[in-house]
Amino acid sequence: MATNTGEVMLEMRNITKRFPGVLANDSVNFDVRAGEVHTLLGENGAGKSTLMKVLFGLYQPEEGEILLNGTPTKITSPTHAINQRIGMIHQHFMLVPTLTVAENVALGLKSGRRPLTDLKAVARGIADISDEYGLAVDPNVDIWRLSVGERQRVEIIKALYRKAELLVLDEPTAVLTPQEVDELFAILRDMRNSGKGLVFISHKLHEVMALSDRITVLRNGKVTGATTPAESDRSKLASMMVGREVKLAPDKPLVEIGKPRLTISNLSVDGDRGAVAVDGVDLEIRAGEILGIAGVSGNGQRELAEAIAGLRSVKSGSTISIDGKDVAGMDTRDRRNAGLSYVPEERMRDGAIGDFTVAENLILVDHGSDEFSARGMFKFAEIETHCSQLVSDYAVKTPSLETPTSSLSGGNIQKIILARELANEPSVMIASQPTRGVDIGAAEYIHSRLVDARDRGMATMVISEDLDEVLGLADRIAVLCDGKVMDIVPVEGATKEQLGLLMAGVKS
Amino acid sequence: MQRLFGAAVPLLAALVAFACGAIMLVAVGADPVEGLRALVDQAVGSGPRIATTLVRATPLLLVGAGITIAFRASVVNIGGEGQIVAGALLSTIVAIQLPNLPGILLVPLVLIAGALGGAVWGAIPGALKAYASVNEILSTIMLNLVAVQFMNFLLRGWLIDPLEVERGTRIPQTARLSENATLPALIPGSRLHLGVLVAVLAAIGAYVLLWRTPLGFRLRAVGHSPEAAKAAGIPVKKSIVTALALSGSLSGLAGAILVFGSESVRMVTDGSAAGFTGSAGFNGIVAALFGGLHPLWTIPSSFLFGGLLTGATGLQRALQVPAALAVALNGIVVIFVVSSAKVRTRLDQLANARSEMKEVLKDA
Repeated sequence: MATNTGEVMLEMRNITKRFPGVLANDSVNFDVRAGEVHTLLGENGAGKSTLMKVLFGLYQPEEGEILLNGTPTKITSPTHAINQRIGMIHQHFMLVPTLTVAENVALGLKSGRRPLTDLKAVARGIADISDEYGLAVDPNVDIWRLSVGERQRVEIIKALYRKAELLVLDEPTAVLTPQEVDELFAILRDMRNSGKGLVFISHKLHEVMALSDRITVLRNGKVTGATTPAESDRSKLASMMVGREVKLAPDKPLVEIGKPRLTISNLSVDGDRGAVAVDGVDLEIRAGEILGIAGVSGNGQRELAEAIAGLRSVKSGSTISIDGKDVAGMDTRDRRNAGLSYVPEERMRDGAIGDFTVAENLILVDHGSDEFSARGMFKFAEIETHCSQLVSDYAVKTPSLETPTSSLSGGNIQKIILARELANEPSVMIASQPTRGVDIGAAEYIHSRLVDARDRGMATMVISEDLDEVLGLADRIAVLCDGKVMDIVPVEGATKEQLGLLMAGVKS
Repeated sequence: MQRLFGAAVPLLAALVAFACGAIMLVAVGADPVEGLRALVDQAVGSGPRIATTLVRATPLLLVGAGITIAFRASVVNIGGEGQIVAGALLSTIVAIQLPNLPGILLVPLVLIAGALGGAVWGAIPGALKAYASVNEILSTIMLNLVAVQFMNFLLRGWLIDPLEVERGTRIPQTARLSENATLPALIPGSRLHLGVLVAVLAAIGAYVLLWRTPLGFRLRAVGHSPEAAKAAGIPVKKSIVTALALSGSLSGLAGAILVFGSESVRMVTDGSAAGFTGSAGFNGIVAALFGGLHPLWTIPSSFLFGGLLTGATGLQRALQVPAALAVALNGIVVIFVVSSAKVRTRLDQLANARSEMKEVLKDA
């Protein structure tokens, strides 16, 4: 796998970058050879992105130097970096949705027939790149019509069109479905084999193990380990990232399974485009039980969660009941009063309000209760007591209760949402992608809180695309494919292979 | 230090705007120093003049405070004019129907009727937005036109002064309204009436509502993120209607105050909205913007614009320049102040970068 024959393309020596109060990079050494994937692994805030922004000329380091193909180079701007054949695929795509693929690729480049554009030439260039690396994209289609995975391919084509030899991919899989991840990895392997140097930034351990030739681990701005997949395993990498032993799966005590708390029968829901997204689903979750929902993204998971939460209307004949009470006709408020809680998939859109303070997000659901207001006015003393308690109970790292939530890390925001949703001892919780994009340490914590609540008798539905998460958390696993439940299997004896087949719609 | 400087920026912008105004005065051959003196003198030169300025600022403040409520819920309310008219009409009808009620009851009643009229006129575009996805900017503007024609229709028909019909003059105005409904003066013998106090209290009330009550919390939650609000069980559609109704109620209150704080003690129309409202429905938006869309800052901001409006007549009289010049001056102030927000963020960025640099140097 590792091709150590390649030339060293990039060497970053003793890079130090400071921000007020933070040492973002502390004498970091990092190098990339032609024809390898060198992974930069670390928790959020470990300094991965800072290091890459230094490389891309967005930050100037206080100390250290960058050598490109052996020559010390001071990279002053992204344009300069691109001219040095460095390409960066940002986590958030830098594409104009209303322009075509070719127009986006041409954007910012000088045309061969100035002042006119030469999109045909660009399209030919794109076709060549597409053929070489199997990046199938139609140059003439508008960006907004493309899926997330296709948009990412356009970003890669953009970089390759600019003749990038060294490509940085900043958490490229965060937005992709597992299938898209596989496709991306195939493309990246092709690029590596053709001699490009790739920097892969991630905190997903199984992906890192699958793709990397070398791995450098960062923690608190320092390099804490350099290894290869062959010399390491997931739990070793996790310990290097977090700085202590980490449990990748929570301890689950045996608890007695109680009465049914969430019962769904014949649930059918339309998707956004009108087609049936959830098709006659029957599920039952009992007290003290976690039901995992596995499936490839887009097979009805989101619609299922939203329908149960009362955010999406169901078709006639569908029933949803919580603790024996029929809630299918109720709005979200009444369902929550009936004992439902909901951790949405899109944390920053549906779960929390970025511009609200930590305290405001902690009372987003219960702000109207008698506990927090009397005669129409807030009782700020009670709110503060309640919120401080939650912040300390859930180990939320925040400077204060008045801090704007958007300035916290994803893991801390997810802890705030979980703290809020578990505060009332709900009977039923729907948790969608509870740890997606969350630090390992925070994920471990969130898992343990979900298991605690299950032990106290909560019925939990955990929807996740991460099979390791489903296998670690769930008592039973239901596999969704094309809006239908393929099968429900107990976690004991369930294997990834078996689940993978079910996810693909193959019934044994 | 840096915050102080940030606060100085809008004032600086106002100064630059006045400099531009001075250039305009020179261009029409008038003495700018004399003009400024006349303007300030007319606005705040004596007790009665200050009272006039405050009375003039009152509808701006009410409309402006209402705008801040709508804005926090991410709703743009351009319907101040129509809501003023609706409030004025309903309060006028109440006063006509109950002429013999004593003032202690009638004054609160006409104020409530005004708020109610404005609230209904605000709730209509709110409901259209919430339940039929009609853009509220369009619908509020259109409802301004509807309100004005409705006012003309009523004042020419059902509400017209019977004397006008008798004499055949048919001026579109109501009969003199019950004097019991006239807003009492805050200082005996001055023009300063209860309405000014009501407006200040309403602005404080808007602040309390937005930041101290669960209702305001819901409005702000919907304003920041309707998706997250919905997932948390907050009724988003109802909140949008509520925000526009509350916003409209303050404008409606301004309408009632315009009728019962005026010296004519009747409602008159010249056929246009501005003839009755003095464009308070639009100037109030400007005052709210100048006040950073914060209800408390809208108080001084409205008084400033009230001063500019009354000062303009002084300017006109002293220099014999067209009144349009004073209106243009208002416009320039707004442009400079609104663009100064951009300057302020740029200054903040610079200051942050500088303190960052200092921090780094200290470490090194």
